[in-house]
Amino acid sequence: MRVKRFSLRILFYLAAAIVLVALPSLVRSNYWLGTIDLAIIYSIAVLGLNIVLGLTGQLNIAQAAFWGIGAYTAALLNTRLGWPFWATLLAAPPMAGAFGVMLGFPTLRLSGRYLALATIGFGIIINLILHNWKEFTGGADGIPGIASPVLGPFKFSTNASFYYLGLACLIIAALAQLKIKNSRMGRAFQAVKENELAAELSGVNAFKYRVIAFALCSAYGGLAGQLFAHRTKFVSAETFFIDMSILFICMLMIGGVGSIAGAIVGASLLTFIPEWLRFLQGPWAMAIFGLAIIFMMVFMPDGLAGLTRSIVQRIAARINPDGQEAAGRPSSGRIGATGEGK
Amino acid sequence: MKTILEIQGLTKWFGGLVAVDNVSLSIREGEIRALIGPNGSGKSTLLNLVSGVYAPTDGRILFKGQSVLNKRPHLLVEEGMKRTFQNARLFSGLTVLQNVMVGLHGQTRGGLFGIVFSLPGVKEEEKLIFCKAEEMLEFVGLHELANAPAKNLPYGQQRLLEVARALVSGPDLLLLDEPAAGMNPSETSQLMRLLEKIRNRGTTIFLVEHDMNLVMEISDSITVLNFGKSIAQGPPAEIQNNEGVIEAYLGKRARYA
Repeated sequence: MRVKRFSLRILFYLAAAIVLVALPSLVRSNYWLGTIDLAIIYSIAVLGLNIVLGLTGQLNIAQAAFWGIGAYTAALLNTRLGWPFWATLLAAPPMAGAFGVMLGFPTLRLSGRYLALATIGFGIIINLILHNWKEFTGGADGIPGIASPVLGPFKFSTNASFYYLGLACLIIAALAQLKIKNSRMGRAFQAVKENELAAELSGVNAFKYRVIAFALCSAYGGLAGQLFAHRTKFVSAETFFIDMSILFICMLMIGGVGSIAGAIVGASLLTFIPEWLRFLQGPWAMAIFGLAIIFMMVFMPDGLAGLTRSIVQRIAARINPDGQEAAGRPSSGRIGATGEGK
Repeated sequence: MKTILEIQGLTKWFGGLVAVDNVSLSIREGEIRALIGPNGSGKSTLLNLVSGVYAPTDGRILFKGQSVLNKRPHLLVEEGMKRTFQNARLFSGLTVLQNVMVGLHGQTRGGLFGIVFSLPGVKEEEKLIFCKAEEMLEFVGLHELANAPAKNLPYGQQRLLEVARALVSGPDLLLLDEPAAGMNPSETSQLMRLLEKIRNRGTTIFLVEHDMNLVMEISDSITVLNFGKSIAQGPPAEIQNNEGVIEAYLGKRARYA
C-alpha cells in the first residue's frame, strides 16, 4: 500500500514536470506565455503574503510596495550601475526585506485593523516617493531600458525563455516556504497566529517572529519585483499601487490562506480571469471580475485549498469510514476545512 | 530546602479594585503548593503576576533569587518557569505533537539559512525535539493522538496537552491554573497521578485549583486567598481545620455537604 502510494506520487511529480517543461511549446501564443510569466511573478509575491497572513495571521496591505521596492532596486542597480540580473537577484529581496523590518519595528506592536491601516499608509508613502522623487526614480516616466537576464549563451528575453527562469524561482521560493512552514520557525509563526499569549508563555518571542514574518514576506515581494523589472524591462510607479496589494490578498484568500499550493493557484487564477474577460471590453470586464471574486469568497470561504481538503476528506470518509483520525470526532465538511485556512 | 519562588508584599490594583493585596509567600523547591480561595479572590491574578502576564502595582517576585519584574514572559520561560491557562490555550491548527514541539522552541536554535537548506544541525535538532515531544506525550498519555489536530481533542485531553506543552522543556517551576476544571472524576484522578509523577521528576508545582479532593490529597502546603489577601498558609490538615478558612471558604462547602 505504502509502496503503491509512493510510486503514484513519483508518477504525479513526473507528469507535472513534463507538463511544466513542455508548457511553452503547448501554449505557443506569446501573449498567453506573457500572462503565465506574470502569474508566476504574482505567485511569488502572494507566497510572501502567505507567510504573514497565512502562517502568522497578520494583515499586510503593502505587498505591492515591497514588490515595487524590489522592482526599483533591480531597475536602478541595472540601469545606473550596470548590475546584471544575477546580481540584482541577490540585492532586491534583502532590500525589500530590510524595508519590511523597517515597517515592522514601529508597527508590529499594533494589532488587527490598526496594523492593516499602518501598512496601507506605508504602501501609499512608498508609492508617493516612487512617483515624486524624479531624479532618483524617474517619476511618472519610470525607468526604461532594464536588461534581460543572461546566462552564458542564453538570453531570457522572450516570454518562453523567461518562463523557465521564473518557474525555477517560483519552485525554489515554494520549496523554501515548505521548509520554513515545517520548521521551528513555521511552528512559531503559527503559534503566534493561534494564540499569542500562549506562544509567549511557551518561549516564543512573538514580536520577533512577527518581524521575521514581515521581513520574509517583503523579501518574497522583492524577488517578485526583481523578476518583474527584468521581464518588462520597464518600471513605473503606478504599477505598484495599493490596488495590487489588495489583489494579492484576494489571490491568497481565493487560493486558500495558509496553503502554499493555494497561493500559487489563486495568483494564477486571478491573473487569468481578467484576460479571459477581455472580450467584454470596457468597464464590464472589471465589474464581472469583481463579482467573480466576491462569489468565490462567499462560496469558498477557505479558498480552493479548503474546498479541495473538504472534498478529499469526504471521499476518504466514504471509502474508509473507520479510517478517521484517532481524535474520535470526524470533522465534517466545512469545520474540517477551516484547518489551516483560518 | 531551597526557595524557588519568593513573593513579597505583592499588590495589584485594577482601577479602584485591589485584586491582590499585600501577599507574601515562598515556595520551596520540589513541593506542590496549592493556591485556593473563593471565586474572585485573586488567585488567577496572582498567577498572571508571577508569570509576567501582568505587572504588579507593588511588591517583589523573585524566581530563583532573581526579580521577574519587567521581564517579558518568553524570557521567564527560558529561565525555567512554565504555565498553563484556566481555559486551555492551545494552538488549535497545529497537531498534538506540534503543540508540544512549540513548547521546546527555546531549546532550538536553527536559523533561516539552516532551515531552508536543511543543514545537518537543524535536522538533528528537529529530530531531537520530535523525540522529546513524543516521550512527553507518552508521559501524559496522549501519544496515540500525536497526529490529531489539537482542536479535535475533548476538553480534558486539551488540558493534559497544555500540561505536556509546558512540561516538555523541563521547567523548574510549573504554574497550573485550575488544571482539573472541566475534567470528569476519572480524568481528575489521572491528573493527580500525573502531578505526582511530575513532582517526582523534581519539578516544583504551584497550582490554583477548585477541586478540594485534589488539593487536599496532593499538595504539600496550601495558601488561601480571600479578597486578595492571604488568610492562611500551611499543610492540608492544618488548613482544613483553620477557623478563618472554614469561615471564608470551606464553611460554604460544609453547608452543601
